Amino acid sequence: MVQVLAGQAARRTRIFDRSRTAPVTTARYILAFAAAVCLVCAVMVSGSAVALRDLQAANAEQERQRNVLFAAGLADPEEELSDADMAERFAAVRAVVVDLETGAELPEVDPASVDPLVEAGITDSSRAAPENLARVRRVERRSVVYLVEPGGALDAVVLPVRGQGLWSVLYGYLALEADLDTVRGLTFYEHKETPGLGGEVDNPNWKALWPGRQVFGTAGEPIIEVARAAAGPVAEDPHRVDGLAGATMTSRGVTNLLRFWLAENGFGPFLDRLRSEAAD
Amino acid sequence: MATETRRVLMDPLIHNNPIALQVLGICSALAVTTGMQTSVVMSAAVVAVIALSNLSVSLLRNMIPTNIRIIVQLTIIASLVIVTDQILKAYVYEISKQLSVFVGLIITNCIIMGRAEAFAMQNPPLKSLIDGIGNGMGYAAILLVVGAAREVFGAGTFWGIPVLPLASEGGWFTPNGLMSLSPGAFFVIGFLIWILRTFRPEQNEAE
Repeated sequence: MVQVLAGQAARRTRIFDRSRTAPVTTARYILAFAAAVCLVCAVMVSGSAVALRDLQAANAEQERQRNVLFAAGLADPEEELSDADMAERFAAVRAVVVDLETGAELPEVDPASVDPLVEAGITDSSRAAPENLARVRRVERRSVVYLVEPGGALDAVVLPVRGQGLWSVLYGYLALEADLDTVRGLTFYEHKETPGLGGEVDNPNWKALWPGRQVFGTAGEPIIEVARAAAGPVAEDPHRVDGLAGATMTSRGVTNLLRFWLAENGFGPFLDRLRSEAAD
Repeated sequence: MATETRRVLMDPLIHNNPIALQVLGICSALAVTTGMQTSVVMSAAVVAVIALSNLSVSLLRNMIPTNIRIIVQLTIIASLVIVTDQILKAYVYEISKQLSVFVGLIITNCIIMGRAEAFAMQNPPLKSLIDGIGNGMGYAAILLVVGAAREVFGAGTFWGIPVLPLASEGGWFTPNGLMSLSPGAFFVIGFLIWILRTFRPEQNEAE
């Protein structure tokens, strides 16, 4: 290795002396050359960013729609979905901007214009969360939820959730049935947990354990839990799901983030409002 | 000239492989080789960046002031990498998400700066372009082998298609979790270098 490098260095000096005409290196030339290189590179970089922005935004939007469909059980991650299939299935889904503190819908706000994760990072559009196990530091003032309404009646609600696992924040969607208690599905679209251990939150077999579980206890508090070991079938053990083997911290993280977002600092007020509307 | 071109193009594949012999660019080789698809996309990105950076540096080689040459090379490479990243995000979104920061980190890949400084600064454009492609292919060759090994032994699949029936689904194969983690790549690359140097003892460093 050292010899290779030394050999290269020797070769370089030789070639350097012979064939390279050293450019005039006045300070003015250097500055002008640097400026020219920067200008050309800047044009190239910003040109590509601007030209590809629409395609990238469309990709991100499609990705979001896919994940909402996965959570709501309207699509399977295994199946190939064409753009037309996606649009058709997503037609039954209505994105709604929600004020998290009051739970009220904000019908005048275009959901496409709201990115809750960005707003959560800005002081004016978020509030500090009280200390919580999910380690969510700031909560956005408004979020986007997805109402699945085939034929107009509410069939399922898809809520964005996030919280700390072992290595990373897990981002996902929780879908609840129209009774706002039974899980329709849970999916995580971004995390950096250990592959094979915490990373198994993506495992379809584990995700299949979720539908049918109930998130709220009799007093209306979220008691859904990822157990430390195996949980029973839905009928016997409605509030618990099998833990992920070898991933206690990730399992606990999932419990904590679900409880946080289902409670008063998350979507609690919104779910209360939906419930009281259904009761009227 | 024909043999010279051939040498410039083929040498870095086995005889003077940037990863196996020079042990450069290891970081990204560890991080992105968990599967075939990411390996292929990463390889293509690196080949494109190294070829174009060699070409542009070579075209400018007689104009670049010696005292700022490194920063000029870096500016060119960084711009090419950003453009590549943008293209991946626009056309292969899924895979670009898995590659995450490692596309951006191509900027720091020593192979690319090494070739710009050691080859493109002294050689004409066409030859530099070929050298870039050759070295990119040398990097790609290792990435593909490591990616294939890690995907097959770590997940029992090849290009996402199951090849070894998993024990968890009624088969006989228990995936080796180590292969899915970065240290697994160390073992695979280590084995590759060992095999390569067994058959080509001249690649061994002098004691």
